[in-house]
Amino acid sequence: MSARLRPALLGLGLIVLIALPLVAGKFGLDLAARIMIMAIFAMSLDLLVGFAGMVSLGHAAFFGVGAYALYLLSPQYGAASLLVSLPVAIAAAALAALVIGLLVLRSSGVYFIMVTLAFGEMFYYYATGARWLGGSDGAYVYQRPSAGPVDLGQGHAFYYLVLIALAATYALLRVILRAPFGHALRGIRSNEHRMRSLGFAAPRYKLLAFVIAGALAGLAGYFDAAQFGVVNPELFGWRLSGSVLMMVILGGMGTLDGAIIGAAVLVLLENFLGDLTTHWLLPMGLFIVAAVLLLPQGLTDPAALWRAMRERSRV
Amino acid sequence: MSEPILRAEALGKNFGGLAAVRDVSLDLSPKQIHAVIGPNGAGKTTLINLLSGDLTPTTGRVFFRGIEIEGHALDRIARLGVARAYQRTNIFAGFSVFENCRLAAQARRQPGIRLFRPALAYRDINDAAGRAMALAGVESRATDRASDLSHGEQRQLELAMALATEPQVLLLDEPLAGMGPEEASRIAALIARLGADLAILLVEHDMDAVFNIAATITVMVDGAVLASGTPQAIRADAAVQAAYLGEAA
Amino acid sequence: MTDGTIFFLIQLLNAVQYGLLLFLVASGLTLIFGIMGIINLAHGSFYMIGAYLAFVFADMTGNLWLALAIAVPLSFLFGLVLETLLFRFLYGRDHLYQVLLTYGLILIFEELRSLIVGNDVHGVPVPHFLDFSIPLTATLSYPAYRLALSAICLAVTALLYLLIQKTKLGMAIRAGAFNREMVQTLGIDIGLIYRLVFALGVALAAFAGMLAAPTTSVFPGMGNQVLIICFVTVVIGGIGSIKGAFLGAMLIGLVDTFGAVYAPQFSGLLVYALMAAVLIWRPAGLFGAAAR
Repeated sequence: MSARLRPALLGLGLIVLIALPLVAGKFGLDLAARIMIMAIFAMSLDLLVGFAGMVSLGHAAFFGVGAYALYLLSPQYGAASLLVSLPVAIAAAALAALVIGLLVLRSSGVYFIMVTLAFGEMFYYYATGARWLGGSDGAYVYQRPSAGPVDLGQGHAFYYLVLIALAATYALLRVILRAPFGHALRGIRSNEHRMRSLGFAAPRYKLLAFVIAGALAGLAGYFDAAQFGVVNPELFGWRLSGSVLMMVILGGMGTLDGAIIGAAVLVLLENFLGDLTTHWLLPMGLFIVAAVLLLPQGLTDPAALWRAMRERSRV
Repeated sequence: MSEPILRAEALGKNFGGLAAVRDVSLDLSPKQIHAVIGPNGAGKTTLINLLSGDLTPTTGRVFFRGIEIEGHALDRIARLGVARAYQRTNIFAGFSVFENCRLAAQARRQPGIRLFRPALAYRDINDAAGRAMALAGVESRATDRASDLSHGEQRQLELAMALATEPQVLLLDEPLAGMGPEEASRIAALIARLGADLAILLVEHDMDAVFNIAATITVMVDGAVLASGTPQAIRADAAVQAAYLGEAA
Repeated sequence: MTDGTIFFLIQLLNAVQYGLLLFLVASGLTLIFGIMGIINLAHGSFYMIGAYLAFVFADMTGNLWLALAIAVPLSFLFGLVLETLLFRFLYGRDHLYQVLLTYGLILIFEELRSLIVGNDVHGVPVPHFLDFSIPLTATLSYPAYRLALSAICLAVTALLYLLIQKTKLGMAIRAGAFNREMVQTLGIDIGLIYRLVFALGVALAAFAGMLAAPTTSVFPGMGNQVLIICFVTVVIGGIGSIKGAFLGAMLIGLVDTFGAVYAPQFSGLLVYALMAAVLIWRPAGLFGAAAR
């Protein structure tokens, strides 16, 4: 995307999302909220995969921590306090990311992929057996959180809070990516050894990126639990980790915008295919396999797609 | 001679059963160029790797300003002020020449994590990167991708990055290799000039340059020091002539 | 011997049996990574496919051995086809794309499995002549099939060892793992070796699934469970190392089996704790070279 086009499209998208409740019904708004939640989640992973070069296959672990935090902070049949539960959920996810990060960052490359997947599954298996977390059936969050006059169960409060969170996440990531921190992360992705030989304490940068990404994933998980009113171990699982990675890659990683587009495409596809057949994962799987073989650059770079197709036709 | 800034004491490095470096002791003094020469496989690059922290020595110790460097963490040694230019060009290929140098300057001037102010708003970092590019002669390529540079220009960029960290010690591994004769003599002159301020360890095959600009020369053969002294002394050393310089002397 | 000792020995047998089975799956995973540099998330699916093949053919023929005789060559063939159609396009590509494609494959395999045989849990009968238990004390006994299973796994492990240490193909495989160019200058067709190694890995995983089917039953999601544990195995042992995979699998067999007996409340977590400990102590695994 050109430098002029992007802010224009972003502004347009924001206006559409702000105005959406005027025209869309409940189904449309729920779907839009779902896309925005997944977009937050996908952007958090893009920070790791697209900018720091850390391919995590266990990112859902922190999504799940955020979701379960809301469950644990909600009174049995009442609403949790928004002002308490939201920060606590984010902090819990950040803490989990710090602990897991200290372990997984001892590895890199393909080890990192395997180790993050394994630790994500550790959360999953733990949750399936833990009675205080509702076991393998999960548990209900009966009411959405509220704070004074703001009740996420009423009107469009939930939709707009998710929109604010999306905008804030986007802005925060843009700021830190433009800062020396973000430049250093890109350097680490490009050539970690050289960064260290220049004097950067690369592990600290990677750990902080891991914690920030974990915290934002927790934010998304918190909203997920609030939206559907239910938590279950699948929220920690590798299938969700895999599908969010898919969003990042198919949208074109290392752009943030791509993560949003990828989230929208996959959520819509899931909805659309899910209506057609219970076996919608089959066309999804075929789509992914085909995408890897045909589109090495993701979907956001039409020029690259065009080039790739031309080169293919020449061979 | 003033107190050495970097001192290697009986350094050794084994790879499997093979001793690449054996019992090498060496002092680097401020404002002096210390060249290490020797045939291929003599262990020169391994020696630099041991000093820079790229490798951990099997035996021996390294001191920076009289304090032992323990643990030999690569980034920690770099933050002390030891910069390294690699023999096999080691740059950020996808980034611009400026960004390569800017990152190097950032490592020096903002080594801590800075999350909010835009990177390009740190004027002092931009300026340091600019100075390094100018010194190494790559400022005209500032906005080009590093991977688009010619081999010789990449060698210059490698040097510019080392300079952008504003080091006290410069470890140069064959900085002239792969350059055209004109550029090589320009960079040799630059290294000579830098030697007025910095402590430089220079590994180089270009004997004319070495004997011209180095104050001290150490000759390594088979991982060990054969001789060490002034260029005149080395030229006259019979053992060096027999083992290495031979026909050149 | 007291009942306590016998009980301990039974657990030990279980641990070894689990470890050996795990090794068969993990060895393929580590070979495929070590030689072709491919991380294969779909490896657990091969285990699942093997188990379902055993179920389908045992149902059809009424004989597990006959089912194995059909299913093992079939899965080897399946590996050859997969390598030719898909995996060979992944060599040298970023791990990210390998992850993506093989993740897509998991979805495809699982859905196909669901379409063809449904989502029910199925049992596979133990072969008749092994369908008895060996009495050890008045109350404790050990199923004969599990002993036979361990023996078969040991035999396959020995064959694998001979193949890799003693044969020309094995030499080429080992050389391929260390130096790709050298193999090519020796005039050996590296593409063919890759194809054979991949198919071997697929067949090993499927074979493990077939052997396990009578003891664990056959159920959706069994492949992914195995995949995760295989990753843990390989991380503990060191990626690319067969020896490491063996040691890792045995360690996990012991920790998981005895954990379930002596610390049931933590049983699922112990293998991850083991992995965390190895990561802290030796980040590249017990037999790993530096991480790639």
